[in-house]
Amino acid sequence: MSKTTTGTDLPPAPDDVDTEAGPEADADSAAERLSTAPVESDGPTGIGVLGWARWMWRQLTSMRVALILLFLLSLAAIPGSLIPQNGQGSQNAMKVVSWKAQHTTLAPVYEKLQLFDVYSSVWFSAIYILLFVSLAGCIVPRTWQFVGVLRARPPAAPSNLTRMPVYAAWRTDADADAVNAAAHRLLRKRGFRAHLSGGSVAAEKGYLREVGNLAFHLSLFALLGGFAWASLASGTAGKLMVEGEGYSNTITQLDDFSGTRFYTTDDLDPFYLKLDSFTARFQSTGAQVGAARQFTANVEYSAGSDPTQTKTAKIEVNHPLEIGGSKIYLIGHGFAPVVTVRNGKGEVVYQGATPFLPQDANQTSTGVVKVSDYGIGPDGKKTQLGFSGSFLPTAPDSFAGTGPISLFPDDAAPMLVLNVYAGDLGNNSGRPQNIYQLDTKNMTQLQQDDKPAAARLKPGQVWELPSGYGTLTFDGYKRFASFNVSHRPGNEIALAGGVLAILGLIGSLFLQRRRIWVRAVALPGGGTQVELAGLARSESAKIAEELAELAVDLQDDAPAAEESDEPDEADATVEPDDTVEPDETDDPEAPSAPSDPTPADQNSKE
Amino acid sequence: MHLASAVDPQLADLSNKLIYSAMVVYTLAMFAHMIEWTFGSKGAVAVRSKEQAGSLADTVAAAGPKGVKKVTVTVAGAGGGTTTLTRTAVAGEGATVVTSGRGADEVDGPGAAGTSERADLAGRIAVSLTVLGLLLHGGGIVSRGLSVSRWPWGNMYEFSCAFAFSMTAAYLVLLAARKNVRWLGLPVVVAVLLTLGIATTTLYTDSDQLVPALHSPWLAIHVSTAIFCGGAFYAAFIATLLYLGKDSFEKRIAAGLTTGPLGTSASIWRRLPAASTFDKLSYRINALVFPLWTFTITAGAIWAEAAWGKYWEWDPKETWSFVTWVAYACYLHARATAGWKGRKAAYLALAAFACWLFNYYGVNIFVTGKHSYAGI
Ligand code: HEM
Repeated sequence: MSKTTTGTDLPPAPDDVDTEAGPEADADSAAERLSTAPVESDGPTGIGVLGWARWMWRQLTSMRVALILLFLLSLAAIPGSLIPQNGQGSQNAMKVVSWKAQHTTLAPVYEKLQLFDVYSSVWFSAIYILLFVSLAGCIVPRTWQFVGVLRARPPAAPSNLTRMPVYAAWRTDADADAVNAAAHRLLRKRGFRAHLSGGSVAAEKGYLREVGNLAFHLSLFALLGGFAWASLASGTAGKLMVEGEGYSNTITQLDDFSGTRFYTTDDLDPFYLKLDSFTARFQSTGAQVGAARQFTANVEYSAGSDPTQTKTAKIEVNHPLEIGGSKIYLIGHGFAPVVTVRNGKGEVVYQGATPFLPQDANQTSTGVVKVSDYGIGPDGKKTQLGFSGSFLPTAPDSFAGTGPISLFPDDAAPMLVLNVYAGDLGNNSGRPQNIYQLDTKNMTQLQQDDKPAAARLKPGQVWELPSGYGTLTFDGYKRFASFNVSHRPGNEIALAGGVLAILGLIGSLFLQRRRIWVRAVALPGGGTQVELAGLARSESAKIAEELAELAVDLQDDAPAAEESDEPDEADATVEPDDTVEPDETDDPEAPSAPSDPTPADQNSKE
Repeated sequence: MHLASAVDPQLADLSNKLIYSAMVVYTLAMFAHMIEWTFGSKGAVAVRSKEQAGSLADTVAAAGPKGVKKVTVTVAGAGGGTTTLTRTAVAGEGATVVTSGRGADEVDGPGAAGTSERADLAGRIAVSLTVLGLLLHGGGIVSRGLSVSRWPWGNMYEFSCAFAFSMTAAYLVLLAARKNVRWLGLPVVVAVLLTLGIATTTLYTDSDQLVPALHSPWLAIHVSTAIFCGGAFYAAFIATLLYLGKDSFEKRIAAGLTTGPLGTSASIWRRLPAASTFDKLSYRINALVFPLWTFTITAGAIWAEAAWGKYWEWDPKETWSFVTWVAYACYLHARATAGWKGRKAAYLALAAFACWLFNYYGVNIFVTGKHSYAGI
């Protein structure tokens, strides 16, 4: 048998854009050529640094290494889910601290290995950077190759069609040229890019598969780009507001701010925001009693610097408010007891709502009230008062055994529990002050009946402070809500990347790229030999179906010549390799059918 | 004011009863399948597509030789063997008949029932019971949703019920589409019973309204696609396991042994589809689900952006979804480009599914993150 291959007898242009593989024509490697996947190479080519550099680059962009890197990436992501991580909000930062306290020997080792910052660690970054370099090294050349493929004609029919993975043939009395023309027309109708030349038709379809695959891999860069941009140009700030309070979005009025290189305190979006009211609802019966059911912050805001033109809006857990380039998220809520403090002379020295921070799911809240402007104390010296304690939205009848804890997150039986200190609050010490904590270093706790003075107040009740310090009235309480003001560019890019990835995957996984060749040649003894062959990824049997349908359609123009009485029993199949039994073959010297394209219908093995 | 009144206790109770009834019916279906497998072991023979060839001949004969268009396509098999596919179109009737003969080493077994009629009857009973179970199961899910007027997948119990439902439904849809998948019945029913068992015992939560974090249309989108992906990954997992088993069996037989791996009976393996069928099936399912899983993660990220202000924070759930995604990408890559077919790829698929399972049970139960809600 002549050793004909798909490569040797092709016109030079079309096929070699596809691959650098040698003209090896077994079905597998031929099928591979339907993809622009790179061809693996084994050892360094050439010597010296350049040779090695080239070899390393080849390795890095090879499929094997891509696979290893992908695998490593998934492994490397795991520790971060099991060990608490820094930089994921204050709650997690607390977890990191307590974890370190519990594991004093491991903690320094973990610290060294960056296990508290897995996703920004050197090793995690190294893996994904290598992966993306590999991806770029793979995708960019593939894109160019693919453009070349699109511009070239479908590769011409190999001389030996029986070598192709799917194959069919029959004899007809129709004219060879007419059959080829009909095949060309039918393939076009089926959406193939078909080309008729040299007595055969070459057709190809399913380019969208490659487009999809390239789009998917390129979209990964969009995702990465979105991520990178966000980490360079985003900023978040926190703001807590009691009902009725408002603020302008500037650094002086925010509670905290963390920026990045391209988003600093100067870049804050100018707006004004006011919390009108806050609604919270909780489950009051059943097994899930106390579970939150609704949180709504009713706000007023004005974009820009003009605070007179306000609009109203609702902010809920899944519904942030967008003002300019910032989004405002509702992240917490609680109670702010309203108290009035009077000095010994009955003058009001403090009045207002003070947020108490929730400590548990039932809103047991702790906080302090600092009376900086108390003035002259009963001992004739200038002094300040500090109250510390808890607010319980639903206080138990007795604190015995439990201490002051709330039983339910809503305000069913509100109570304020306080101690009181006198002395120097430390406001002027120059050290940063935490408004939720009392620095009692220079203060003394006031006593009553030789015990620390304490009060449990219901709304409206007045506490007579010991030693003539005056009174504290628990006027009532308001709710507060805390907000996260977030500026994050790059979301759109990442979203576009995500959508493109999905579309690309659909194209890449559900479409088949395949080729079909048809060749009709006049036989020396009269009549025409029709051969069809197809090539696709080996995964699918669809190409066989498609070829069969095409062949059936083609028989309208090229009806099979009747040569056997029992066409239905004709299950004689042509071996696609060269080992065809002699008795099944036609004339082996037939000029253009070198390897026995035995038409099935002509042979009946009884 | 309190929304607790929005729970209809009768419907919630009905839902529980329906779920329990479904479990009973599934258990019966499981027994029926076992009977099918047992009876079917007698006289199981590999039947080839002789009858199909016969029916083709009949059709062609009936139409007469005139106007018959017939093509035989030769398909080169992976191992060097060949397969043929014959397509016959009878002019004027528009009907085409396709037969495909297969290479000798690729014969699918006849199914659990083998050639035994009693076993076939048991199998049919099992399928009917499974359908009944599915109806009760679906009723349970719907009444649960109605009892609180929301999508019934707000916690792990509800999620598990829906997940098991999607598994059974997928199996029955394949059956209804006349696919040869009755052998899947037993593994599916067992998996469904396990899932429901865990759901009703350790994961059970009373029917109730949702925490505000779940008040979002993304709940319906993100969670339902996640459920669907879970069911499909599970099915692919079963196919992968069976592939590995059947492949070992075929190798053992080739080596002259008479039993399947782990001393299992040869008759069971003989009745199952060919290893290559399992291999293809698990690849197809995984490839089909991968874009949907990508969508699920994307939808989750969009939701996270609306709820927490950042679309990706490496929360444990996000991390494990990512790990699962990359693991499946590894598997697809290995098959598409590295040419890893067969066992090596199957091990990757198993690893990927292990990641998925851990993401579901492990992360929800052992790891705390932002994805923890009332009642797990
Ligand atoms: C960032 C990580 C990557 C992911 C998540 C990923 C994912 C995928 C997926 C899911 C497929 C399957 C599509 C199919 O079966 O056609 C695929 C195919 C492919 N990938 Fe990747 N990939 C990644 C990186 C890479 C890299 C680094 C390379 C090159 C070195 C590469 C080259 C290819 C090729 C050549 C194909 C097959 C194309 C074909 O079937 O014709 N990928 N990839």
